[in-house]
Amino acid sequence: MTKLPLEGIRILDATDVWAGPYTCTLLGDLGAEVIKVDSIQRFGSRGQLNPPDTRPDGTPPVMWAYPDGVPRTPGTQPWNRAALYNGINRNKLGITLNLRDPKGKDIFKRLAAISDVMIENYATGVFARLGIGYEDLKAVKEDIIVISMPLFGNYGTYSHYKGLGSTADPISGHATLRGYLGDDPSALQGTVHSDAVASSTAPFAAMAAIFYRNRTGKGQFIDFGQCEAYMGHLGEVYLDYTMNGRVQSTRGNRHESAAPHGCYRAKGDDSWVIIAVTNDDEWAGFCEAIGSPPWTQDPRFATSLDRHANQDELDKLVEQWTTQHDHYEIMRLLQSARVPVGPVLDHGEVYTDPHIKERGFFEEVTHKEAGTHLYPGMNWKFSKTPLSIRIPANCLGEHNEYVLGNLLGLSEDEIAQLEAEQIIGKEYLPGSDQ
Amino acid sequence: MADQALTGVKVLDLSRDISGPYCTKLFADYGAEVIKIEPPEGDPSRRAGPFLNDDPHPERSGLFMHLNTNKLGVTLNLETATGAELFKELVKDADAVVESFPPGAMADVGLSYETLEAINPRLVMVSITPFGQTGPYKDFAFAELTAWAMGSRMSITGSMEREPHPLGGNAAQYLAGTQAATATMGAFMGAFLQGIGQHVDVSIQETLLAAVDARLLFTEYTKDVATRGDNPAAGFQFCQDGFVQFPANFVQPRQWNRMVRLLDMPELLEDPRFLTPGDRGVHRDDLDAIILPWLLDRTKYEISDAAQAEGVFAAPVFDVADVVESEHFASRGYFVDVEHPETGTVKFGGAPFQMRETPWAVRRPPPLLGQHNAEIYCDRLGRTKEDLVKLRQAGVI
Repeated sequence: MTKLPLEGIRILDATDVWAGPYTCTLLGDLGAEVIKVDSIQRFGSRGQLNPPDTRPDGTPPVMWAYPDGVPRTPGTQPWNRAALYNGINRNKLGITLNLRDPKGKDIFKRLAAISDVMIENYATGVFARLGIGYEDLKAVKEDIIVISMPLFGNYGTYSHYKGLGSTADPISGHATLRGYLGDDPSALQGTVHSDAVASSTAPFAAMAAIFYRNRTGKGQFIDFGQCEAYMGHLGEVYLDYTMNGRVQSTRGNRHESAAPHGCYRAKGDDSWVIIAVTNDDEWAGFCEAIGSPPWTQDPRFATSLDRHANQDELDKLVEQWTTQHDHYEIMRLLQSARVPVGPVLDHGEVYTDPHIKERGFFEEVTHKEAGTHLYPGMNWKFSKTPLSIRIPANCLGEHNEYVLGNLLGLSEDEIAQLEAEQIIGKEYLPGSDQ
Repeated sequence: MADQALTGVKVLDLSRDISGPYCTKLFADYGAEVIKIEPPEGDPSRRAGPFLNDDPHPERSGLFMHLNTNKLGVTLNLETATGAELFKELVKDADAVVESFPPGAMADVGLSYETLEAINPRLVMVSITPFGQTGPYKDFAFAELTAWAMGSRMSITGSMEREPHPLGGNAAQYLAGTQAATATMGAFMGAFLQGIGQHVDVSIQETLLAAVDARLLFTEYTKDVATRGDNPAAGFQFCQDGFVQFPANFVQPRQWNRMVRLLDMPELLEDPRFLTPGDRGVHRDDLDAIILPWLLDRTKYEISDAAQAEGVFAAPVFDVADVVESEHFASRGYFVDVEHPETGTVKFGGAPFQMRETPWAVRRPPPLLGQHNAEIYCDRLGRTKEDLVKLRQAGVI
């Protein structure tokens, strides 16, 4: 069988929530053996024992969604059925370890000794204080690579600041760039986009370090401040300030110089379509495709500059047209005229969209506690080593026996002893979700 | 200079606009040799702002400059037979080709993956397109907004009373570019570790579906479709000199307890309006009114420092000027001065992550159009200066 790109590489995944776990998932997708370490002492992103009642109808908030129940029913092992965890933790082995216990730390170090990379995304200094930071692991494996992913890096003024992915958003400046035109941040919703960016970037860092190690024999420490990975996506905005002194702000759906450029109401309940005309050719295509009604000939809309200057009026006319048509119908009509246009697809529609379906993005997976479902699949298509969901999201402690027994060589008795001492386990201890 | 992590890796970059160039920028900034191959009229990003002093000069585009640090720049018209041949000569020695043409365009000029693979079996070719190489939408016209809309993230962003909106800047195209970098690196590792070259199909839409919204599975599990109304407010609050962010509705009980301690208002813990995160969401206006006088007495820096000391996940809301001038990013050396022949010395955003042994560095500024033609075509491929003149006259470079 053809080998996957990272076959033979082992990743010790001591991360939680999203940015860290999804980093390791992408390395697992590429063929690395990923060992995800949870602990029965502390609930992480596997949901909560008693989901908080935060929706007006009394159902749990969307974050704690469980399969096949109306209203959502956690079941007896909710931690193995939580959508947040199961959606992003494929292609890993799952173990539990109490990292506060000396025996747990010892096993963690033994795992590090047989791993290429250890990745953690806790607050700055947590792993060093536990005695399992870079220096400690280097002592057991000279060429280990450690990626530490706190929000604001391992040194610097805010390195001690704690938070979630959403906490990187205000400090990167992004919070003042998103949202409706002219609105201040008080109206904004939260975003965890920095998690998406960090988890897309960190696997690149891991592989670059592995490549360097294979060439030179040297491991290293990578200080991965999630906020700075996010900031790489705003480079030209910073340059506008450093070159021109300009402080950019929100522009909603609008373009800096072209129109019509926006999100318009389509026929149906809460249905929307985006139209992004950025030049005269696209405008001509748009006018012709909608049958050239008289207002399209209005001199106020003749050139790009005119349309941009009069876009409030233009948007109203465009929306009068879009509200009469289905968003997919608008897509087909205007795309055939080469106009950048797209339906705003909701989370239900993407499962049935013909393009997404034909490309086979969603993969059917049977998970022993969650049943058979379609899961968001691979981020890219590799021609010779196709990637896929080889291992469903792991259950808590599911691979304790394999990892501790087969990889570390512990006997059945030793494993049973660890279980008796609650260093490992398959169910959370009471109070672990507090 | 000491080795960087990717010293010795060779990337040919045919890509344009944002996603592809950001992918190859990550390679270049960590040490790879990236040859950026532009058509004679240049990458379209040279014609996109912001420009130095708002003067639309192709060598002074902030967008182009940010995306193309550390790259060598050549011009080449792949639509000429000579251009395609020159490209094939470069492929012999390359580890990766990154391109963002419409599906089929490389094959149309005789440069399909199969052709290049025959020249260099260990080559990795990465094609980055809006909707992928196959499927009914593969030739669709694209914009930043189509990515947000058809990648589904937009459907849950915004107010229920208004239209959905995207995130800021060009965040979708950058996300796809970052995803493409990880894909390129992954495929390169397949060549490096297993000896397998291959073609990688990156669809911007799929990278958004896959990476941006972990909530897609919630819909499959529950059959509930999330709306913009399911997204809680971000917890941004007015204060003396701007805004500060707190966790939305103080969703974790510990966060709420600490916040009450910070405010020194123990009575809030007993107030029936604020018992659960749901209660605090419903009565947000009441809570804001109670907290506001305390906030207006303090700056965003004072509030976030005091809150963090108490264990509350607070942060000052920075505008772009605050970011560039901040003590934090100065203390980490994030912004770096880059000297550029057309703009003078300019402060650029820096390392997305810090590799202690093999640091990120700007070794050379973004290339001028065709700046390294002689270095690549003469020194590397053995053409003479006279050949270069002929290539220029024939519109090849």
